[in-house]
Amino acid sequence: MAEPAIQIPNEQTERKKKENVRSPEWAAFKKNKLGMAALWVLIAITLIAIAAPLIAPYDPYAQNVANRMQGPSAAHWLGTDSYGRDTLSRIIYGSRTSLLVGVVSVALSGIIGFAAGIIAGYKGGKIDDVIMRVLESIQSIPLLLLGLMVLVAAGSNLVTLILVITVGLLPSCARIARGTTIDIKEKEFVKAAISMGSSTTRILFHHILPNIMSSLLVISALHMTSAIMVEASLSFLGIGVQPPTPTWGNMIQDGFKYVTLNPTLAVYPGIALIIVSVSFNLVGDALRDALDPHLSRKR
Amino acid sequence: MAQTLVEQEDLLVVKDLKTHYPIRNGLLGGQTGSIKAVDGVSFTVKKGETFSIVGESGCGKSTVGMSILRLTEPTSGEVIFNDKNVLEKNKHELKAIRRDMQVIFQDTYSSLNPKHTIKKILSEPLVINRKMTKEKREERVIELLRLVGLGPHHLNRFPHEFSGGQRQRIGIARALALNPKLIICDEPVSALDVSIQSQILNLLEDLQQKLKLTYIFISHDLSVVEHISDRVAVMYLGKIVEMGKREEIFNHPQHPYTKALLSSVPIADPKLKNKRERIILKGDVPSPKNPPKGCHFHARCPFKMEKCEEAYPSYVHVSSEHRVACHLLDS
Repeated sequence: MAEPAIQIPNEQTERKKKENVRSPEWAAFKKNKLGMAALWVLIAITLIAIAAPLIAPYDPYAQNVANRMQGPSAAHWLGTDSYGRDTLSRIIYGSRTSLLVGVVSVALSGIIGFAAGIIAGYKGGKIDDVIMRVLESIQSIPLLLLGLMVLVAAGSNLVTLILVITVGLLPSCARIARGTTIDIKEKEFVKAAISMGSSTTRILFHHILPNIMSSLLVISALHMTSAIMVEASLSFLGIGVQPPTPTWGNMIQDGFKYVTLNPTLAVYPGIALIIVSVSFNLVGDALRDALDPHLSRKR
Repeated sequence: MAQTLVEQEDLLVVKDLKTHYPIRNGLLGGQTGSIKAVDGVSFTVKKGETFSIVGESGCGKSTVGMSILRLTEPTSGEVIFNDKNVLEKNKHELKAIRRDMQVIFQDTYSSLNPKHTIKKILSEPLVINRKMTKEKREERVIELLRLVGLGPHHLNRFPHEFSGGQRQRIGIARALALNPKLIICDEPVSALDVSIQSQILNLLEDLQQKLKLTYIFISHDLSVVEHISDRVAVMYLGKIVEMGKREEIFNHPQHPYTKALLSSVPIADPKLKNKRERIILKGDVPSPKNPPKGCHFHARCPFKMEKCEEAYPSYVHVSSEHRVACHLLDS
């Protein structure tokens, strides 16, 4: 294998390298320009979502029928919708819903799914069979269809929406955690830990978790895209977040009605959606590249 | 040589140890057979000695080591360590016994947690088992590093910053942390360069003298085994075929399998090499799933007789320590 020339480290280069040695993954991630750009975009969008009331030029609910369906102008940068509401303000507020749904459902599904997967992988046997069969039965229903069924049956609200997406993401969370756990638990440092008397809890938290964390991080980033897209799809279908609460999904649906009159109404929230989901995907890919030892050695 | 330290007292007694892995097939996971990785192994290890287990890959030698520690759960048999039956102990008692039995592994990459610093790796056994202050613990960790020829400047580094030999030294230091009586060395030098091998072997010998350690040394490398052992057991397909003092095994091997193994060791001197009688075995080791009837070795044995296919030979004592399982010695 063509490896870069090995330098014999002296004190100075060693000190300089220290940072990179502590987190070679982060150093590799930083080299990925696309991933870094996407990360900055996401940071910016998160800040915008948090500070929405300060940034948005108008109240997203304020109707002004006299000014409806306007194109971009100095007063309304992205124009107004069919009720005369400011599109930019609604997009800014819409980011709150998207990120809220994404973050909460990814976090919840991560906590439950990763724990289930780690236990299934570490314990094996019957426990593994039961956990994985239950989760596979969930996985057999497409996420969008699952959302449709539950939301139509139980009624649309934000909490139900988040829970449905959480449940839908569980199987792939568990499968990643299970696979990586099985890989690590066969390592000899785990056997050594057992032979020196480590408890199972200690092994899971000190030995398994730190070594599978990177894979869990990658899948979480990719799940953010799924969660946000499913929320937007369900809202577009009219069974997600209900108007007048602005979300990108129901804004696209709203704009769709007037697509012949003013197509930009559907385009702007669509662009916002694309930017966020592509950014999460790019960050996920960059993370995967940075954390994959086989790829990083080639760099 | 460490022989002067060998006492007569038995530290470990293994009786008829069997470790079978179930083969599960089908939808309901029913057991359809078993792999007899270890199939009735008995031996004793005396305090202060180095007891080696040799054999080809897949003969079950590593499984013996893992079964003694119960890292792999044995199917049946007895493992008596320091007068305590390891296999009958519950989780809590087992933890106490395991402190006195530690293990060194072959693969130095996978035997150290890549996310932990050396300090953390060496502190872990102390954190779990000993109540000591942080300062005391750090002192002990540095003491351990010195013991294996490393120093305090290595404390905050990660395993990937070390060479294979250094990583094995760290593995040894970790095994020593709890002052164990017995160390199971599972192919400790097989993954290392020859020049590093001898360093590690010398380190193991020094530590044995200094700390009065007992080793079970598992290896396929006969020259390494000849160098370090007091007594040797030769395994074939889950059973010990020959066992005895090092000199007896290496100078007067009785079992055809042992002879074949010894004749496969390369000799550097071509004159000696040409004089030597070579026994070349045909075929592969049969599957432990379905070992041949009678003597497991009969299919490959150059001295096969009729009764070899019928019954497994019982042990014949050649001397007080030296016993062989072969029909050739029956008469």
